[in-house]
Amino acid sequence: MKKLLSVLMIGVMMMLMLSGCHGSKGIPEFEVPENFDTSKNYEITFWAKNDTNKTQTDIYHRAIEDFQKLYPNIKVNMRLYTDYGRIYNDVITNISTNTTPNVCITYPDHIATYMTGSGTVVSLDKLMDDPKYGLGGSELQYDGPTKEEIVPQFLKECTIGEEIYAIPYMRSTEALYINKTFVEKLGYEVPDIVTWDWIWEVSEKATEKDASGTYVLNGQKVMLPFIYKSTDNMMIQMLKQKGAGYSTPEGEIQIFNDTTKEMLLEIREHATTGAFSTFKISSYPANFLNAGQCLFAVDSTAGATWMGSKAPLIDIAPENLVEFETEVRMIPQFDPSNPQMISQGPSICIFNKADPGEVLASWLFAQYLLTNDVQIAYAETEGYVPVTSKAQQSAEYQDYLSRIGEDGNAHYDVKIKASELLLDNVEYTFTTPVFNGSTSLRDAAGQLIENVVLSIRRGEKVDENYITNLYSKITSLYRLDQISGSSSSTESADLGPLPSTSVALITCLIIAWVLIGIFYAYGVWKKKKAAK
Amino acid sequence: MKKLFVLLLALCMVFGMTACTNKVEEDPTKKSEGVMTFDEYWAAAQYDNVVVETYVQGKESWWQDAAVVYTQDGNGAYFLYNLPCTQEQYDKLTVGTKIKVTGFKDAYSEMIEISPESFEIEEGSYVAAAADYTSIIANTDELAKHMGEFVTFKGMTVEAVNDAGDAFMYNWDGSGEEGSDVYFNLSINGQTYSFNVRSYLCGPETDVYKAAQALQVGQTVDVECFLYWYYGPQPRVTSIIVK
Repeated sequence: MKKLLSVLMIGVMMMLMLSGCHGSKGIPEFEVPENFDTSKNYEITFWAKNDTNKTQTDIYHRAIEDFQKLYPNIKVNMRLYTDYGRIYNDVITNISTNTTPNVCITYPDHIATYMTGSGTVVSLDKLMDDPKYGLGGSELQYDGPTKEEIVPQFLKECTIGEEIYAIPYMRSTEALYINKTFVEKLGYEVPDIVTWDWIWEVSEKATEKDASGTYVLNGQKVMLPFIYKSTDNMMIQMLKQKGAGYSTPEGEIQIFNDTTKEMLLEIREHATTGAFSTFKISSYPANFLNAGQCLFAVDSTAGATWMGSKAPLIDIAPENLVEFETEVRMIPQFDPSNPQMISQGPSICIFNKADPGEVLASWLFAQYLLTNDVQIAYAETEGYVPVTSKAQQSAEYQDYLSRIGEDGNAHYDVKIKASELLLDNVEYTFTTPVFNGSTSLRDAAGQLIENVVLSIRRGEKVDENYITNLYSKITSLYRLDQISGSSSSTESADLGPLPSTSVALITCLIIAWVLIGIFYAYGVWKKKKAAK
Repeated sequence: MKKLFVLLLALCMVFGMTACTNKVEEDPTKKSEGVMTFDEYWAAAQYDNVVVETYVQGKESWWQDAAVVYTQDGNGAYFLYNLPCTQEQYDKLTVGTKIKVTGFKDAYSEMIEISPESFEIEEGSYVAAAADYTSIIANTDELAKHMGEFVTFKGMTVEAVNDAGDAFMYNWDGSGEEGSDVYFNLSINGQTYSFNVRSYLCGPETDVYKAAQALQVGQTVDVECFLYWYYGPQPRVTSIIVK
């Protein structure tokens, strides 16, 4: 009997060990609790990002303070980051140790990678629709937006596969900040919609130098007429405007096509003359713009407070500042009748925890960030746009917009023009498909342009062969051959039939266990027989 | 007899541990065949190919297979921006490690640097002593010749960073929190200069980060730092000694 017990125990232990090899199932899928337990204390962590802007930090603090007054049993601990890359890195590191934050400001591209951990990120559909604690829910302690009041375009950006995994927090796009004074000095008028042909033409004209090597336009030794901050956005938007491939929603990589090549060769021309450069190669566009060393700077609308000679935030020495009139336009277009511009900006995701009450507490806080107080205050810090129609249409926000140029800080005209650019053109915005690997593809898109410009500066020959080699180099560098065709769905991909070696191994294991069983049964039977 | 035996054992351990370091202090100005001298590197034009031998003095970050590393030889500094390396290779780049770097010379916001394409670890070690440039702190042109170097400024006075009279703040505009970069102002001879403890280089758990948080206006301090440059000196402090 003792032997039988031992064998059984060993068997159970071995089975447990073997099942352990298949990895943890993770935290159970989150189910919305019936009620939120206000008698229980919750401590949640919130990883936020600010644009090194003190006002934004203050708004987060005030939001937390106000929220904690409404929910005294929830304590929010904030950790501030100044770049999304660090948040992404830290989240990835913490997923493996189950120490993710509760609430996190992030990009949908990044969420797709977080979701590779089983049940790591909470699907928000049920939470949003919950009659008590969902958007506009009956039990909320604050006046939040309803689901319909979140701008549908922005909410759609947070949908991965068939489910919503984030709520938008702020939205921005890219804007073209123009030194209008210089453009007019060159004999041009700034059109309502700038085309790529026009911007290349004016930029080329601005490269003219006198005999001493001084630029005629600004009388300085430095002039970079056109600087693009985010070359990944540049490539993505150019491809979209051209109707060329970037990727499919399923993650099939399409970027290495002839249109991309054509555009890279065009960029080559303007890098050669010095008409075009990038942030990675030359530094912040705003610094060159404000020093009168740049005519066209493309940067986020969320960077508007740095743009212009009267900008509230300036990062160059006062003696280098040049007086000029700043104009704001949408990014250059190939077809002005059908403009296309990217929608970007932070979203909020919630990480799953063992205690559903803790997840609900996180959701209550995340949702609080969509209230008018937070949305309007934060949007006003930069050229951001609130993500709810409730906030956008509020008297307070409309009053803010109407006071454009009233002062050089809170109502700085360039900042409000940048916000209006997005408000007026939401229907022309787009986002790129989100899948596990979409972050790498985005990086690769920018690197194509960076490499071409850098190679030109280094005196290398950039031709069709160069582009072909570049495609191959970038594919390998960003491991794009390993993500091609991957699914955007969070469900496990169908990996096809097992390899024959695996089948053979599993068969051997089964046979071995069966033989052990037979052998043991035979032993027992033999013993019993001998006893008789 | 027992005491002697213990002493002998201890000596053996000490010698054994020294042998384990496997690093040889050497003349840090000496170069191998085909490697540039510091003067040749400094004289090279932007985007020229460079091959240098240098020694790691500090590491700032590793992100997506690329690292930011402060290095120098016996004559000057080579700031390596985005040195391609795996996490495992990054871990091997301890202070003093000799490396041979191939890449091209670059400049970003006036910081002279190398955009490395590859590197290899070589035999040898050198840890630079902080050079005292207090006397030339006001001479930006002269100071610029030492950008990226491990330097010291002595006898500096802590000044307020804002109207509230704080001795330090998180981030350049006070927008950060504990864990962000710490900014503080130091003055000498009537001129005030901005210094910072960069959290990627020296995080909140380090002595220097804590020392920066404990600064008080009016204190006299000696600081050691890497002379980072962003349209002017932006020293990244690694040590603060309050006098």
